Amino acid sequence: MARLLAAILLACYPVWVAAVIETYQFSSDELEARYHSLSQELRCPKCQNQSIADSNAPISRDLRALLHRQLEAGSNDEEILDFMVERYGEFVRYRPAVDANTAPLWLAPPLLIALGGLGLIWHLRRQGAASETLSDAERERLRQQVDKEEQ
Amino acid sequence: MRRLRLFLPLAAFVLLAAVLYRGLSLDPTDLPSALIGRAVPAFELPDLDSGEPITEQDLRGQSALVNVWATWCYSCRVEHPYLLELADAGVPIFGLNYKDESAKAREWLADLGDPYTRTIADKEGALGLDLGVYGAPETYVVGANGTVLYRHVGVVDERVWRDILEPVYQAGSAR
Repeated sequence: MARLLAAILLACYPVWVAAVIETYQFSSDELEARYHSLSQELRCPKCQNQSIADSNAPISRDLRALLHRQLEAGSNDEEILDFMVERYGEFVRYRPAVDANTAPLWLAPPLLIALGGLGLIWHLRRQGAASETLSDAERERLRQQVDKEEQ
Repeated sequence: MRRLRLFLPLAAFVLLAAVLYRGLSLDPTDLPSALIGRAVPAFELPDLDSGEPITEQDLRGQSALVNVWATWCYSCRVEHPYLLELADAGVPIFGLNYKDESAKAREWLADLGDPYTRTIADKEGALGLDLGVYGAPETYVVGANGTVLYRHVGVVDERVWRDILEPVYQAGSAR
C-alpha cells in the first residue's frame, strides 16, 4: 500500500518547473551560465517587477532572443548591458549605475540603517544613564530619608 | 524641548503621508525614453505600401509624430480614429508598423482609414528595438532636426494630445 502511494506521489511530482519554458542551444556551458545570470539581471520594461527571465511578455521574449544572439556573437557582459541601457534606459537593469536619478535608490538603505543605528545607540545611552548611580545631592537626600525612618 | 519631542511621531507620520500621497499620482509605467534629446536611430526599412526604403532622414524637415502600431494591438484600434483627426488637422504622423504582417496591416489601413504620412514596415522589430519600444501603442514626438523629443506610452487621445504632446510638437517645429 505504502509503495503504491509513493508511486502515485512520485508520478505527480512536477519534474520540470520553470517560469518560462524555452530552449536555447549554447555553444558552451559558460555562455549558458552567463545567459541565466544576465536574464535575471535585466528587468522587463513591460511587466516591471519581473526580470526578463521570469516574464512571458513579448518584449521579454525578444530581449531573451537578443541576449542569446549577443552572447553567441561573443559580446561581453558590459557590452550587452550597455546595449540594453542605451535603448531602454537604466530602468532595464536591476542594479542601475549611480546617477542623479538612481542615487536615492542606492543611498536610502544605508542612510536608513545608519539612522536606525544612531537612534538605537541614543536610546541605549539614555537608558544606561537613567539607571546609573545617584548624584551627590540625591545621595544626601536618600541618607536623610533613611535617617528619618530609623529615628 | 521635551515637549517638542512629543511631536516627532506626528512629524514622521506627516512626512511619510506626504511621500505616499505623492506616490498615488505617479504612474510607474511612465518610463522616459532613453533617447530623449538624441537623434532617431539610423534605419532603412521598406514603406508598407510601396516597398520603397524609408530612412531616418525622411523624418526630418518638420516636427512629426511616430506612432508605433500593429494589427494585433487592441489599443491601437482605440486610438486610430483620433490619429485620423490629427492627420486631418495637418499633423504629420509616421506609422511604425511593429512586428506585424504587412498584408494584414494594409488591410487595416484600407478598412479604417490611413492617418499616416508614410508607414514604415518593421517586421522584425529592429527599429522598435533601437527605439526602446516595449509594446504598442507608443507615440514619439520627433523634432524638425530629427531628434526624439518625447515618448508617450499608451493610447493617444484628445487629452494626451492637448496637454502633453502638442506643446512638445509645437516646440519641436521651431528647431
